[in-house]
Amino acid sequence: IIGHSLPVNLKKHWFDCTIFLSAYAGFRVIQRLEQEMEKSPGSRPFPEITYCNLGNPQALGQRPITFFREVLSLCDNPALLRRDETRMLFSPCAINRARKIIESMPGRNSGAYTNSQGIRSLREAVASGIAARDGFPSRPEDIFLTDGASSAINLSMQILIRSQEDGVLCPLPEYPLYSASIILHGGTMVPYNLSEDGDWGLEIFEVKRCLEEARIAGLTVRAMVIINPGNPTGQVLSVTNQEEIVEFCRKEGLVMLADEVYQDNVYVEDRKFHSFKKVARSLGYDENDISIVSFHSVSMGFSGECGRRGGYMEICGFGDDVMDEIRKVASVTLCPNIGGQILTSLAMDPPKLGDGCFENFMAEKEDIRLSLAKRAKTLASAFSSLEGMTCNRVEGAIYAFPRIHLPAAAIKAAKAEGMSPDLFYACRLLDATGIAVVPGSGFHQATGTWHIRCTILPGEDKIKVMIPRLKEFHESFMNEF
Amino acid sequence: MSNTEYQLVLLPYSTNLEQELHKNPESLPFDEILYCNIGNPHSLGQQPVTFFREVLSLCDHPALLDKSETHALYSSDAIERAWQILEKIPGRATGAYSHSQGVKGLRDEIAAGIAARDGFHASGDNIFLTDGASPAVHMMMQLLIRSEKDGILCPLPQYPLYSASIALHGGSFVPYFLDEETGWGLEVDELKKQVDEARSKGITVRALVVINPGNPTGQVLAEENQKKIVEFCKNEGLVLLADEVYQENIYVEDKQFHSFKKIARSMGYTDDDLPLVSFQSVSKGYYGECGKRGGYMEVTGFNADVREQIYKVASVNLCSNISGQILSSLIMNPPKVGDESYESFMVERDGIISSLARRAKALEEAFNSLEGITCNKAEGAMYLFPRLHLPQKAIGAAQAAGAAPDAYYALRLLQATGIVVVPGSGFGQAPGTYHFRCTILPQEDKIPAIISRFKEFHEKFMDEFRD
Repeated sequence: IIGHSLPVNLKKHWFDCTIFLSAYAGFRVIQRLEQEMEKSPGSRPFPEITYCNLGNPQALGQRPITFFREVLSLCDNPALLRRDETRMLFSPCAINRARKIIESMPGRNSGAYTNSQGIRSLREAVASGIAARDGFPSRPEDIFLTDGASSAINLSMQILIRSQEDGVLCPLPEYPLYSASIILHGGTMVPYNLSEDGDWGLEIFEVKRCLEEARIAGLTVRAMVIINPGNPTGQVLSVTNQEEIVEFCRKEGLVMLADEVYQDNVYVEDRKFHSFKKVARSLGYDENDISIVSFHSVSMGFSGECGRRGGYMEICGFGDDVMDEIRKVASVTLCPNIGGQILTSLAMDPPKLGDGCFENFMAEKEDIRLSLAKRAKTLASAFSSLEGMTCNRVEGAIYAFPRIHLPAAAIKAAKAEGMSPDLFYACRLLDATGIAVVPGSGFHQATGTWHIRCTILPGEDKIKVMIPRLKEFHESFMNEF
Repeated sequence: MSNTEYQLVLLPYSTNLEQELHKNPESLPFDEILYCNIGNPHSLGQQPVTFFREVLSLCDHPALLDKSETHALYSSDAIERAWQILEKIPGRATGAYSHSQGVKGLRDEIAAGIAARDGFHASGDNIFLTDGASPAVHMMMQLLIRSEKDGILCPLPQYPLYSASIALHGGSFVPYFLDEETGWGLEVDELKKQVDEARSKGITVRALVVINPGNPTGQVLAEENQKKIVEFCKNEGLVLLADEVYQENIYVEDKQFHSFKKIARSMGYTDDDLPLVSFQSVSKGYYGECGKRGGYMEVTGFNADVREQIYKVASVNLCSNISGQILSSLIMNPPKVGDESYESFMVERDGIISSLARRAKALEEAFNSLEGITCNKAEGAMYLFPRLHLPQKAIGAAQAAGAAPDAYYALRLLQATGIVVVPGSGFGQAPGTYHFRCTILPQEDKIPAIISRFKEFHEKFMDEFRD
């Protein structure tokens, strides 16, 4: 149609990005089913699709935090702050906070471009939240508010990767943004395997082996990505493991890229979230000893505000010249969206004991946390109870990542259809039950193993209905093969 | 990155001056910094459009729609529009990730707005909602540029996002010069000359960027000119990248905004004939919502495979922020005759546009009245781009100070008056010419002071360096 110089094509290595294609292929299959069910309702043995594929809490009924939405609403319409009737609709807490935020904005409204790092007073709120969480100081100059953590991750890869000779250590299984981002910025991914038998923990000698191999191959390994709590794997690292990782990065001169977006999603008694910065500082390491970039977001946790695109990175242990370069790159996209900036500051500096809305806020937050913990346990148990399935504990984040020990006949049937076996299983599951998951190939699972990633996000009542259907399907699938 | 450096040199300096003023109010020959450097309307006192903010506020906190007290604080059509928008969002969940192109219902609304504007059909499937126009530009550069052998034709002077984006994605910047003598005209002969030259050097020219209305140059292209440009792209097989973010900022009677899509369709070119991308944003116009990061690109004339690739790139960052998406749908579908908010909306809108037009005129006349400055009219956008005919002595002083002459002038201006502008070097200019870009955004009541301070400084400067 367009003759000559098109097809417009991406850099060559994009097509090598098979992991992305796998998740993407899944999306298209789900879309086709949606269209079919819309055209012919009642055509399937299930009333609706149960979306367990995307980490998108509010799309599955999770309620937003009232205080957060009140403040956002007031900041978008500050004229309300001058009217008496506003008290009938908004809590005094929210009105006070909105007033404070608006006062600190350029032009006193939420429509202007801000400083590329984000409005200073909001970064101060984030910094104070980090300090309260960790017990170690944090500076607003080190905080970059961003349109979600994804933007921050892309920025970091842009800064770190100079050529294909630069490598970044990444966990496998991983959240595929990392491999995509490394490839898009022209670098080389250096994978290290998490240990499924060891609760998805990290063996430092394994990471060291991968590092050494990469160096022998001529790569300069610049950084190490750690996702804690893990996606898709759901583990919360032990402090000991974290200390080993800190020592390792410091010794090998690696920048630590700590994806901590699930820090508020921890469901087990025997694990707690500790930021890598806190662990490093507790070991006595300061900014001169180790460089750490920590990513957080309002998409997950208890706020679930994916669509707002709010997040930040805290950057410690880089020289001033590097920080200047990072500021320059941040300024190319001008500034992060203000709604996201505000939300991020609220999530890191929420209502405190003594504030009027504190009780309501805590009740809403606890409600969500307890429900997620419950669903995490229910789903992990359900998967574990199935023949040919093993599922590690969901200690944190919002996913179960069960392993399917597929019969050889199933693998053969998948190959005959030109599909990876886990995509084959996921498609059959979707067909029979309407349950949409993401095949493990989408996350770079260990070769020869098959998994599915299933979120814990559908409401408790949906999960109740979902589990018997899942069991029925799985039993008949295992019988068939 | 040097293109963005110019802005950045002056910014920290002006921030320092700002802090100085705060500490020692008497220490400088002016009492405030006057920011005429960035297109950032709200930071300079422009008010947001009430209806838009009401709708956003309701969508932020949908629980409001269930309360009767809400009617006391929000107009009924804002409430109705919020309901309509929430119906389009699955589960009314304004906090959830949307489809990677943006919420379908909002895209369809935008398409309807485009069709109403142009008189030609538009489809929501061709719309990609983005966090402002900038990410959309980056996306297209990422897709179009395969290596440094791929070139993109860009106007000089240009908005430096383009050169930065091309550099970031590893391509070649192929400039074409706008003609200052003819009101920053775009001549197809010049385009052809540059394309041929680039090709002779082994560059594959992939696309043509046209900024209409222009930034920093402020011209609005004539229809005939636009037709020739469309024809040129068709003949040369170029993708037309139309930056149309200033489409609502037109200040002259004898010019009108016509989208390139409208022009192409009116010439008989269909979706199969010409790859065309149009960029729009909520940052400019009469709404000026820069901080919301809202915008879209309308992508037509690409085959299905390419469209899939665009979708894949869009899906890497999941989706653009919902607030920006909602705002994009509002600016393309504002209140209509008969709506409760229509009259007050029109008062706000006309008030802002006419004020911008007055400020554009006042500043242009002021610049033209000065010795050694010539300034083209700002037919549209938000900037004036006066040319400095600097005396040789001034150029010498600049060189001695290690600065480009227009950067030197801008710094001296700032030090004497507190007025911050951006040196022309930041935008590219014909060799041997010097300019600066000055926005028309400070509030009207500040304009006389800006003009008198500027005049005083400029006259002294010209005297100081008189040959």
